Amino acid sequence: MATKQKADVVVVGLGWAGSLMAEELTRAGLNVIAIDRGPWMDTSTHTPPAVDPDELRWGIRKELLAKPKDNTLTFRNTVDQVAAPQRDYGIFELGGGVGGAGFHWAGMAWRFSPWDFEIRSKTIERYGLAKAEDGEMQLQDWGVTYDEMEPYYDRFERIAGISGKAGNINGQIDPVGNIFEGHRSREYPTPPLKTLRSMEVFNEATSRMGLHPFTIPAANLSQPWVNPLGVSMGACTYCGFCLAYGCGNYSKSSPQACVFPVLMRRPNFKVITESCVIKVNKAQDGKTVTGVTYVDNQGREHVQDADIVCVTAFQVDNVRLMLNSQIGQPYDPRTQQGTVGRNFSFQTISGVDMWIDGETMNPFIGAGAHGSQIDDYNGDNFDHSDLDFIGGAGMLTLARDGAPISKAGKLPEGSPRWGSGFKQAYKDNYQTFTTIFNQGCSMPVKGGYLDLDPTYRDKFGQPLLRLTYDYAQSDRNMAKFTMDRAVEIAQEMGAQNITTFNFADKPFTTAVIASDHVIGGAVMGADPTTSVVNPYLQSWDCHNLFVVGASAFPMNAGYNPTATVGALAIRAAQAIHQTYVNNPGPLVEA
Amino acid sequence: MKRREALFSLVGIATAGATIGRSAGAVTLEGYPTDMAVDKAFLPASVVPGGGMRVLTNDTQRRTVAAVFDRLIPQDELGPSASQAGCVEFLDAQLAGPFGEGAALYRETPKMAGEDALMQTPQFIATPRERYETGLAALDAYAQRIDGAAFADLQPNRQDEILRGMEDGSVKLADDVNTKAFFELMLQNVREGYFADPIYGGNRDMAGWKLIGFPGARYDYRLYADRTGEKLDLEPVSLIPRD
Repeated sequence: MATKQKADVVVVGLGWAGSLMAEELTRAGLNVIAIDRGPWMDTSTHTPPAVDPDELRWGIRKELLAKPKDNTLTFRNTVDQVAAPQRDYGIFELGGGVGGAGFHWAGMAWRFSPWDFEIRSKTIERYGLAKAEDGEMQLQDWGVTYDEMEPYYDRFERIAGISGKAGNINGQIDPVGNIFEGHRSREYPTPPLKTLRSMEVFNEATSRMGLHPFTIPAANLSQPWVNPLGVSMGACTYCGFCLAYGCGNYSKSSPQACVFPVLMRRPNFKVITESCVIKVNKAQDGKTVTGVTYVDNQGREHVQDADIVCVTAFQVDNVRLMLNSQIGQPYDPRTQQGTVGRNFSFQTISGVDMWIDGETMNPFIGAGAHGSQIDDYNGDNFDHSDLDFIGGAGMLTLARDGAPISKAGKLPEGSPRWGSGFKQAYKDNYQTFTTIFNQGCSMPVKGGYLDLDPTYRDKFGQPLLRLTYDYAQSDRNMAKFTMDRAVEIAQEMGAQNITTFNFADKPFTTAVIASDHVIGGAVMGADPTTSVVNPYLQSWDCHNLFVVGASAFPMNAGYNPTATVGALAIRAAQAIHQTYVNNPGPLVEA
Repeated sequence: MKRREALFSLVGIATAGATIGRSAGAVTLEGYPTDMAVDKAFLPASVVPGGGMRVLTNDTQRRTVAAVFDRLIPQDELGPSASQAGCVEFLDAQLAGPFGEGAALYRETPKMAGEDALMQTPQFIATPRERYETGLAALDAYAQRIDGAAFADLQPNRQDEILRGMEDGSVKLADDVNTKAFFELMLQNVREGYFADPIYGGNRDMAGWKLIGFPGARYDYRLYADRTGEKLDLEPVSLIPRD
């Protein structure tokens, strides 16, 4: 086992969280070494326009993702079941190379609402204790408020060049944007994407119904942009190949497009690729860590010592690393004691597919985050006094659904699935299809958690992570409620054929892809008995260890998680170089 | 030669393109990589029509696949059949590569009794190549047993009847074949062949894309995006460069 020269900081995983932290920390003069499981990957070398628009390879075979063979979990609904491994691609869509999932994501770039960060306090405040404590949910505040997060969201949006229209600048409401959003200090870096046909139909219908449609904030850039690091990005060409694809055009924000051009040139930064960190090494005193152990792709083990360790892998890998390193007390669902693995949550999805006779949607034109949304039934934007749930869903229509292999399954009920009848039905309905996708919140439950599987192992011989989870009844009720609202909107949109879907009307499974947003397990909070990291994502157990990513969210909102991951990463990194390095120790009193 | 050897003698054949990254050991990158040219290993290999089968080398099995595919996507006034569009060549190339090998799949045992129910979708230790081997053999044996002829030699309406039975679960081909799942695998693969880029051997002359009006591997729609609701009638383009 070889020990390398000590680094100031070692970063585990070079996705959005790792690259944003490395950028902050190297700019502040620290020596940073990143270690990434995947190979180097970049736009011109790996996903230029000559190979990028290829549904079979990227969309269907998912070649940009980490393979289940190399990285999977086991899953069960309840503690009395035996967990089975996720063998094929499912809800865990980890990146296969540097840049992580930030290279192949769609690009929806949401801020969470002020309510989300204080979900327990605000639910009790408005509806009383019984609404927050129904015996099943395990609600807790994040330990930060939206107001505290705002500057870091702003910084992420500037680095990524996000396209959108503000609905609330310092309290000034503009109904062209999202009137329900938390206040922003200024307008989005770039204007919203174009309004395509499915969005026009959705916008007109929801407006007639008194709802408030707006264009989704997108990391698919409507205009060229030079970010605060000096990196140039191009305008989106609406090619439609984003989710599970790279971007050949430098117009989808990613670590590659937004951060690497600067980070990789810094002399105090380097990245070790094709090497997997398997353990964070604890110091003798038990109060700090000394670095990490990793295995290169020849199977050789190495130790990389560092003064500070930032674990910035994908959510599930962050949690597995904590458990395999035996840092912190594993969560016990029977007693609700312990913290590591606590508060797994997902995304509760329902909605409608619809076909509108005579329409020409041109569904091949669009972008990954391209669509319209209403937030009228999201978060706490509507009164839940007489409803049997809390939270809600962002209800959106998408302009990115032209991929012909996957769309062959999107036909009106009763259409033949094969034969000449299928060909006729597909020809007739390819242009008339659109959808309303309810991206619902997900509340943690006492019985939902992550621990280590007793049977199945990975290629390094380490136990796989085991997920035990099923939807909260509150979320199931929310999904039904928003599905009914989606039917009303589809009818107003003029759809002749409407097919509803609700992933929460049956048991949860990792094998059916409702969403790929997996959350929690190393959650943040102000109370060390219910959180793994403090509000700066610093480990309560080892003060020179930071665990950063969606693993830190104590619940999931009715939005995509990436911008919140980015904002939390920037905030943690600034706390490290502005405060921690001058006075190493806990940034927050327990 | 035994059938298994004939069909699957190519296990372990080198697969073109398709794998990410090179395995030259851990690579430490200091500074921005200067080689900005496209990584050759990342380019898809074009499937050349008439190049000969690599996995489906057995005549009976190839005829069975073609017969199934041509009922799933038949020739009619809307366009060519699946086999006419190259879907058999497509499937052969897919089965010869990482997909056929199940290269991405976690295939560790045990497979437990309750696994399919828990996951709400059938689970397999077998690779897709192995599933085609057992599935096609069982389908042909079924046709021989019930109808006294090869599946490929049955009347189209009888073929449809068997396929409908496989789809709805009323036909069970053999104990070791999850018949419904095998039907779904073939349906998924024939759709892939008919609607994937022609570079993979199917969708010949972009017949699948012309059927529905998908313009293919286009890169820039900025000239068209404002023409909402308008039929654009764009000629499709493939990843295969035009001569």
